[in-house]
Amino acid sequence: MTPPLLAFEDVAKSFTLHLRGGAVLPVIAGATLAVRPGECVVLGGASGAGKSSLLKMAYGNYRCAAGAIRVRDGARIVDLATAAPREILGLRRTTLSYVSQFLRVIPRVGARAVVEAAGLEGGLAPAAARTRAGDLLARLNLPERLWALPPATFSGGEQQRVNIARGLIADRPILLLDEPTASLDARNRAVVVDLITEKRAAGTAILGIFHDADVREAVATRIVDVSAFHGALAA
Amino acid sequence: MNPSNPAAAPAAVTVSAGPGYSFAYLDAGTKRMIRRAILKAIAIPGYQVPFAAREMPMPYGWGTGGVQVTAAILGAADVLKVIDQGADDTTNAVSIRRFFTATAGIATTTRTAEASVIQTRHRIPEAPLVEGQVLVYQVPIPEPLRFLEPRETETRQLHALAEYGLMHVKLYEDIARHGHIATTYAYPVEVAGRYVMDPSPTPKFDNPKMDDCPALQLFGAGREKRIYAIPPYTRVRSLDFEDHPFRVQSFDRPCALCGAEGVYLDEVVLDDAGGRMFVCSDTDHCESRLGESCLGETRRADGQTGEAA
Amino acid sequence: MDPLLSVEGLTKRYGRRLACDGIGFTLDPGEVLAVVGESGSGKSTLLSLVAGEVAADAGSVAYRMRDGATRDLDTLSAVERRALMRTDWGFVRQDATQGLRMAVSAGGNVGERLMGIGDRHYGRIRATALDWLARVEIAPDRVDDPPTRFSGGMRQRLQIARNLVTAPRLVLMDEPTSGLDVSVQARLLDLIRGLVAELGLAVIIVTHDLAVARLLSHRVLVMRAGRVIETGLTDQVLDDPQAAYTQLLVSSVLAA
Repeated sequence: MTPPLLAFEDVAKSFTLHLRGGAVLPVIAGATLAVRPGECVVLGGASGAGKSSLLKMAYGNYRCAAGAIRVRDGARIVDLATAAPREILGLRRTTLSYVSQFLRVIPRVGARAVVEAAGLEGGLAPAAARTRAGDLLARLNLPERLWALPPATFSGGEQQRVNIARGLIADRPILLLDEPTASLDARNRAVVVDLITEKRAAGTAILGIFHDADVREAVATRIVDVSAFHGALAA
Repeated sequence: MNPSNPAAAPAAVTVSAGPGYSFAYLDAGTKRMIRRAILKAIAIPGYQVPFAAREMPMPYGWGTGGVQVTAAILGAADVLKVIDQGADDTTNAVSIRRFFTATAGIATTTRTAEASVIQTRHRIPEAPLVEGQVLVYQVPIPEPLRFLEPRETETRQLHALAEYGLMHVKLYEDIARHGHIATTYAYPVEVAGRYVMDPSPTPKFDNPKMDDCPALQLFGAGREKRIYAIPPYTRVRSLDFEDHPFRVQSFDRPCALCGAEGVYLDEVVLDDAGGRMFVCSDTDHCESRLGESCLGETRRADGQTGEAA
Repeated sequence: MDPLLSVEGLTKRYGRRLACDGIGFTLDPGEVLAVVGESGSGKSTLLSLVAGEVAADAGSVAYRMRDGATRDLDTLSAVERRALMRTDWGFVRQDATQGLRMAVSAGGNVGERLMGIGDRHYGRIRATALDWLARVEIAPDRVDDPPTRFSGGMRQRLQIARNLVTAPRLVLMDEPTSGLDVSVQARLLDLIRGLVAELGLAVIIVTHDLAVARLLSHRVLVMRAGRVIETGLTDQVLDDPQAAYTQLLVSSVLAA
């Protein structure tokens, strides 16, 4: 079997709430899972089970309380739990792509330019970034008249499609998806399903959260119930 | 005779320094202090040397700095010339000449060639200066960078490190506003390839005369308490831009009195009807030429009628 | 390769108050570090210490010069140090009147650094100034206006042009957007973000505004009472703050 691109090993996460008298809020414990090239592992479990936290840890956005999150970066393996900030930033440029639920709007930059910039950051040549940004926005049915406008003025669904295009434009080996289809209509959900399928076929390792049962069924190669990672918490 | 009103009693100026007055007014200790400052200034061309300027019996702005420098260097054998805007006969020039006649009893002259010490405000004589002469400038604001940098601590630092970009900022502003370097007087110069210096409010027309000049040039600022100097035969370069090189003013006509060309002219308004003429700013130069029968257009016209009479 | 800037143990006391207590960090080329904290946390003092404008009681600042050699700034002569500050470093001040020559035209403000390093060609200086004014979105017909006639946002943009004209590799920014209207702030931030990325600038930006830190910086240093409370990846520190003080700071502002 091909080695995983992303592997959680006995990962734990808890929040210490200093503003609430130092209360410790455990979220995850003993999480172990691996994502291989071409796999789309979907995180399941009730809301609040820690699905988003796992995804955020995989992107280095949340810290790990224990365990290791190993990311394969070319020939070497980096443990996100102990990696220095610069290493994490480096992985985000080359290896990790993350599509959040909401677009963090950058003022004054047009939709296409937002997507294009992500492509450039991901190592695409300027011409390729521009073409691919246009292709993606077109596939996601964002009217071309909106491409030059800053997404701040867009509807939630339109913003989310810009966000997806931004997350998918570069060919990074690992793709993290946090409910990318939440605010989309059926037609655009289908487009996203196609895009994910293509990424998977190209060998991308995908870890995602999808609330929609039909989307989940369409893209998942495997579903991991995050509730299983709570056993250690109870103990 | 009537010291309370000397202006009304010209005879008083012939009285030499009375008992209690030192030669050339200043006491020996003060002169030593000023001479030390002068020697330092000569040793570091263009560098502003602080000195303990004294109160002088004339208001600031009337040349107290220049007068102290002159007083410190005058000897009994010196011949003094004093000019103000090129003229020997303005109130300022006359009163300073009288001051030194009264306090040092030295000879005075209006002839550039005859003078050993020339104190000046706002001009350099047209006649070339020679070795052995000393030109003493009266300076109101010695700091060329003051226009853009009000902090003395900072301007000293800039001089110390020879950071003179700021001086070009001023010239840049000139060109941006006027299309050319509009600074026509107090035009900054670089002395001996090191210090940037304010040549006092002389017209930039005179700047080239400072370069490689055989005479010693001393600058005294009384209110600001600074002395600086250009030793004889020192390189003095006017700052400029490659594409806006330094140029002196040129006049499209000769002096109306003596016909001199290539000299600095003053505009003289003749009447209320707007009549005006341009004449030599250097009165001695003009009179010398007239003595040699060089005539400008006015005198040629006058001359005909005058000789006919 | 050495980092571009290495700060170690920087300490400054004002009387009995510790303004900075043993602050250390490194900065790589192209890296943006935000220093956040409340007023009086020592963040502005830290910037002054790094720039050498205030003498540190202890600690060192080392910088990798253009020739590749890393030098302790204390060992530079005054001439070298000032030359470094007006060529390879920039400093954008909170108060534009401290960072600009208010009596000099916009073009003269931008051209000063060029003249400072010996450019003596008026036409070239002016062309470069116009180019930079355009890059910071100041209309060319304002080139001869002094900054006294500029709005707050324009003054800050002019400061940026004035600093970047010599292609510095490190720019220090002290609250560059505070005191501006929100919409003006957004425009300025976007401009800074674009220039930093395009020119690969290393930046230390001092701000009390966590949204500014999130938008511009890669890493963040949280300061309080002269000490570093927490440091790390900007989004990690803001989204998953560990220290009690950082949690308070993050929770006491509008969503950043």
